[in-house]
Amino acid sequence: MTIQNKGTDKFDRPIPGPRGGPRATMKLVEKPKDFKGTMKKLVKYLKPYWFLLIISMIFSIASTIFNVLSPRQMGLITTELYLGIMEKNGQIDFIYISRIILLLVLLHIGYSLFHVIQGFISNSVSQKIGYKLRKNMADKFNRLPLYYFDTNLHGDILSRVTNDIDTITATFNQSLSQITSTITQIIGVMVMMLIISPLMTGVTIIIVPLTSLFVTVLVKKSQKYFKAQQKNLGNLNGHVEEMLSGHLVLKVFNGEARSIENFSKLNNELYKSSWKSQFLSGLMMPVTGFIGNIGYVAVCVMGGYLVVSNNIQVGDIQAFIRYVRQFNHPMSQTAGIANTLQSTAAAAERVFQFLNEMEEKPDSDECTDIKDIKGNVSFNDVSFGYSNNVSIIKNLSIEINAGQKVAIVGPTGAGKTTLVNLLMRFYDVDSGSIKIDGIDIRNMKRNDLRNLFGMVLQDTWLFNGTLRDNISYSNPSASDEDVQRAAVLACAEHFILSSGDGYDMIINEEASNISSGQKQLLAIARTILADNPMLILDEATSNVDTRTEILIQKAMDNLMQKRTSFIIAHRLSTIKNADVILVINNGEIIEKGSHIELLKKNGFYSKLYYSQFDKISSESKAL
Amino acid sequence: MIKILRFIKKDWWKVIIVLVLTFAQSMANLYLPSYMSDIVNTGIPSGDIPYIMKIGGLMLGVAFLGITCQIVARFISSKVSSKFSYAIRDSVFKKVESFSLSEFDRFSTASLITRCTNDVTQIQHFLDMTLRMAISAPMMAIGGIIMAIRYGQSLSWILILSCTAIVAVMGLNFLITVPKFKKMQSNIDRLNLVTRENLSGMRVIRAFNAQNNQNKKFDDANISLTKLHLVIGRINAVLQPMTIFIMNITTVVVLWLGSTLVANLSIQVGDLMAFIQYVMQIMFSFQMLSMTFMIIPRAMVSIKRVNDVLDTEPVIKNPLYSEIDTSLNIGVVEFRNVSFIYPNALEPALKDISFTAKPNQLTAIIGSTGSGKSTLANLIPRLYDATNGDIFIDGVNIKNFDIKNLRELIGYVPQKNILFSGTIESNIRFSRSITDDEIIRSSEISQANEFINEKYEGYNHYIAQGGLNVSGGQKQRLSIARALVGSPKIYIFDDSFSSLDFHTESKLKTALFEKTINSTVILITQRVSTIMNADQIIVLDAGRLVGIGTHKDLLKNCNVYYEIASSQLTKEELL
Repeated sequence: MTIQNKGTDKFDRPIPGPRGGPRATMKLVEKPKDFKGTMKKLVKYLKPYWFLLIISMIFSIASTIFNVLSPRQMGLITTELYLGIMEKNGQIDFIYISRIILLLVLLHIGYSLFHVIQGFISNSVSQKIGYKLRKNMADKFNRLPLYYFDTNLHGDILSRVTNDIDTITATFNQSLSQITSTITQIIGVMVMMLIISPLMTGVTIIIVPLTSLFVTVLVKKSQKYFKAQQKNLGNLNGHVEEMLSGHLVLKVFNGEARSIENFSKLNNELYKSSWKSQFLSGLMMPVTGFIGNIGYVAVCVMGGYLVVSNNIQVGDIQAFIRYVRQFNHPMSQTAGIANTLQSTAAAAERVFQFLNEMEEKPDSDECTDIKDIKGNVSFNDVSFGYSNNVSIIKNLSIEINAGQKVAIVGPTGAGKTTLVNLLMRFYDVDSGSIKIDGIDIRNMKRNDLRNLFGMVLQDTWLFNGTLRDNISYSNPSASDEDVQRAAVLACAEHFILSSGDGYDMIINEEASNISSGQKQLLAIARTILADNPMLILDEATSNVDTRTEILIQKAMDNLMQKRTSFIIAHRLSTIKNADVILVINNGEIIEKGSHIELLKKNGFYSKLYYSQFDKISSESKAL
Repeated sequence: MIKILRFIKKDWWKVIIVLVLTFAQSMANLYLPSYMSDIVNTGIPSGDIPYIMKIGGLMLGVAFLGITCQIVARFISSKVSSKFSYAIRDSVFKKVESFSLSEFDRFSTASLITRCTNDVTQIQHFLDMTLRMAISAPMMAIGGIIMAIRYGQSLSWILILSCTAIVAVMGLNFLITVPKFKKMQSNIDRLNLVTRENLSGMRVIRAFNAQNNQNKKFDDANISLTKLHLVIGRINAVLQPMTIFIMNITTVVVLWLGSTLVANLSIQVGDLMAFIQYVMQIMFSFQMLSMTFMIIPRAMVSIKRVNDVLDTEPVIKNPLYSEIDTSLNIGVVEFRNVSFIYPNALEPALKDISFTAKPNQLTAIIGSTGSGKSTLANLIPRLYDATNGDIFIDGVNIKNFDIKNLRELIGYVPQKNILFSGTIESNIRFSRSITDDEIIRSSEISQANEFINEKYEGYNHYIAQGGLNVSGGQKQRLSIARALVGSPKIYIFDDSFSSLDFHTESKLKTALFEKTINSTVILITQRVSTIMNADQIIVLDAGRLVGIGTHKDLLKNCNVYYEIASSQLTKEELL
C-alpha cells in the first residue's frame, strides 16, 4: 500500500515561517471562514479566567482614565501661568499649581502601576491558553485515527501546533489589553475635548476619519503588491529549494549556469514587486503623520482664535494638542486590532479544525484482559477499504496457529500492508473480525494489542537522540549490555562502532546522518530488545543489501522462533522457509501453503518465484 | 555587520540623499511647536488674528515640505533596500551553486536553503526598519534636543537626566530580553522537534505504546516554552509602562520648574509649552530607537549565517588554466592509492583503492551497504576530492581538467533519481546544446520513449518538482536518458536499474550495450546477476578493495564475493 509511505515523503516540506507578528502593521491579512463561530470557541477557552479578565479590564479602564485626565490638569497650570503673567502682573498662585502637580504625579503613578498589573494578568491568561491549546493538540494526536495522518500534510499539522498557536497567544495578549483601553480612551478623550471646546472637537473629529480612510485605501492598494511579492518570494524560494536539493545532479551535468540564470530572473521579479510594496507600506507613517500635523495646525490656529475671542484658555490649547494625539493613536490602532483579530481567528480556526477531527473509537469498557497469549490468529470474513467505495480486502478468512511463520506475498497494491494495519488496529475492519486466541481484537485495549507485536516496518522511525536511546525506546529499562546484545544480533554493531561516537552517536533531527539500511538495522535491534510474543516484519530488510540480509536473517530466525510472525517481503528467497505463505492478489488470498506445496501447484506463486530466476538468467545474457 | 554593507556600495549616494531628506523632514516636524510658541507668545496676547492665520499658513507649508521630503526618502530607501537584498540573494545563491558536496555536507542542504531564503529576508526587513526608523529617530532626538535647549536652556538638565534614565531602562531591557529570546528560539525548536517526532513516528509510537512517553516529552517542552513566554511577557509588561512613566514624570517636573521660571519672567509661557512638546518628541524618538535595537540581535544572527556562506571557499577549485582538449580523451579511468575520509568521520570511507577502468569494458563495483561504492563514484566527477591519492583520466590527473569539461566527459546516473520541474525534454536536455534527435535517441535507449509517447504532450509533458508526477521507474529511465545525451566517454551507473521491471531492464541493457561500446562503463550494483559477464568486478568491503577480477575468478578467490553471490544465486549458477 502506498498510503503507508505518504507520511515520510511529505514530512520534509519546509515549515512555513511565522505568520504576521504583532508588530507587522501591513501584511497580508488572512481571513477566517467563520469568524463568529471561531471566536465563540476561543471565548470558551477564556471562561475559566473570567474573574481575572474582569479585574484586568477594570485596571485597564482605570489606568486609561488616569491617562486621559492628566493633559487637562497640565493645561490648567499653563493657563494659571499665562493669566498670572498677562493679567495679574506676575501674581501666580503656586499653592494651586503645586496641588495640581501632586495630583499629576499620582495620576501618572496610578496609570503606570495599573498598566503593569493589567499587563501581567493578560500575559498570563494568554500564555495559559497557549499552553492548554498546545496540550490539547498533543493529546488529540493520540486519539486521531492513523487515517488522518496518512491523508494530511505533516508540515501543515506542525505549523498548527507551533505557528498558529503562537499567533493566537501573541495577538490575544495584545488585543486583551488593547480593546478595553482603546474604547475607554476614545470615549474619555472625546468627553475631555468636548468639555474644552465642542467647536475644536468637531474639527478634530473630521480629521480623524480622514486618517483611517487614507490608511484603508493605502492598505487596499498595497495588498496587490504584497500578494505579488509573496508569490515571487515563494517562486524564488521554491527554486532555491529545488536546485539545492538536486545539487548533485546539477553539478554533474553542469547545470549551475542555467540555475543561476533562472534565479536571477526570479530575483529580479521579486525586486520589482518588493520595492513597490515596501514603498506603499512605507507611506503609512508619513501620511498619518502629515494628517496629524494638519490637526496640530488646526488646533493651534483655531485655539489661538478662540483664546483671543475668550472662549477657551491658553492651557486648553496645550491640553488639546495632547488629546488629539491620544485620540489619533487609538483610532489608527482600531484598524490594527481588527486585522489582528482576523488573523487570530484564522489561526484559531485551523487549530479548532484539528481539535474537532473525528477521533478513534475509544477502547470499550468491556475489554478483555489479555494474559499469556499463545498467538493463534484468525481472520474471519474480513473486508476493508481505505475509502468507502474501494475495498482493498474482500471476505478474507485465514487460520494461523501459534508459533507459525506466515509470509504474505503478492504484487504491489495487493493489500499486504493493509493486513498489518488491520492486525495492529491502525485501521478497523469494515466487516468480519480478527481474533487472537479467540478474542476479537476490537475487544482488546489498543495498547494491550500492540504490546503483543514487535514491528519492523518498511518506513523506519528514529528520533533525535542517541543510538542507544533509539534502540532501547521500547524497553527503556534495558541495560547497556542488553542494548549491545540486541545490536550485535541485528548486525548493527559494526556501523555503530565505526560511526565515531558509538552508541552515543546522536541521530539528527531529520535522521539524515545514517543510511536507510542502517536505520532498518536499528529498527530490528529495537524489536529484538522489545521481546514481544508476536512479530510483524513489513519489508524489514528492503533497504539492506543481500549480504547483510543473510546475516540478519539468522538473527531474525532466532527472533521468530516460537513466535507467531508475519513477514511481508518482496524478495521471495527470504521467505522460503515460512510455514505458511499467503499469496494475495486484489485483496483476496488466491493461494495458501508452504513453499514446496505452492511450487507444486504451479500457480501464481510459482510464476512469481520462477520469474525471479528467469530474470537472472536473461540478465546474464543481456550483458 | 559592516561586511554586509558592501552590497550597498554602489548606492551610497542614494543613502546620503535619504539621510539629508530625513533630516529635512525631522526639522520640519520640529519647527511646528516653535510656531505654536509664536502664536501663544505674540499672536494671542495682542489678539492679532491675521498674524495667527499667517503663522498657521506657514505651519501648513512646513508640514507639507516635511511630508514631501519623507515620501521621496521612502521612495529612494525602498528601492535601495530592495536592491540591497537582491544583491545579497544573488551572491549567496551564486556562492552556494559553486559549492561542492563537501560544503553541502558541512552546512546541510536544509540549512543552506534557509540561509538563501529566510535569512536574506530577515536582513532585508532589518535594513528596511533601519532606513525607516533608525535614521529618523536619532535625528528627531538630536534636533529635538537642540530646539529644547533653545527654548529653555535652564531646563535642559532635566532632559539629560531623563534621557539617561530611558537609555538605562532600554539597556536593561536589552540585556534581559535578548538572551531570553535566544533561549526562546531553542525552546520553540524543541517543541517543533518533538511534534515532528510524534507525526513521523505515529505508527511506531502506537506500535510500541509509547504515547505517554512522547506526551511527557511534549509537555516538558510545552511547559518550558510557556514559562519563558510568561517571563518575557512580564518583563515587557513592566518595562514599557516604565518608559512612559519616565516621560510623564519628566513633563511634570518641567512644568513645575518651568512655572517658577515663568514667574520670574525668565521664559515665556509659549516657550514652556514648546519645550514640553520637544521633551515628548525626544522621548518618543528614544522609544523608537529602542524598538530598532530589539531587532538587531535577530538580524545579526542572520547576517552571520549569510556571511558564513559568503566566506566559505569551495574546497574543489577549478585549475587556473587548463589546456586539455577533452575531445581527444578516450576515457581510461585510473585510481591510484585513493583514500577518502568524510569530514569529521573517524573511519575512512575509502582506503587505498587502485584500479583501472578501460574503454570498451564493463567495470562493475559490488559491495554491501556502506562499503563505499557511491563514494567512489562521486570522486570521478570531482563531487568530492580524494583525501589521499589521485585519479587520472587518460593519464591526466582529474584536478588538471577544467571541471566543466571533466564533467562533460562523464555520463552519471545517480542512485537517487532527481528530476527538476520543467518538461521531460528540459530534464533530458539539461541546458546542453544538443539536437532533438539526440534526445529522442537517448530516450529510446533508456526505454523512456515508450511512456513519453503515451503522454498527451509527449516530450513537453510537465514534470512537477522532484518528479513527483512520474513513477519511480519512469524517473529512473529519464535519469538514464539524461546521462546518455552527449555520448560521454565514461559512464557511471550507480544502482541505476533498481526501479525497473525485468522486461524493461533487459531491453534497456541490450540497447545500452550498443550505445556504450566505445566507452568506459562503471556499474555499481548489489546484484551479482547484473554483472556476471563484466570484464572486471571490483569488490568493496568497508571501504577496502578486497577483490578484483571476473565473476569466475572472484568466486574462487574472494570470500566476500562468494558470500554475496551465494546469497543471490542458485547452486547451479554458482558453479
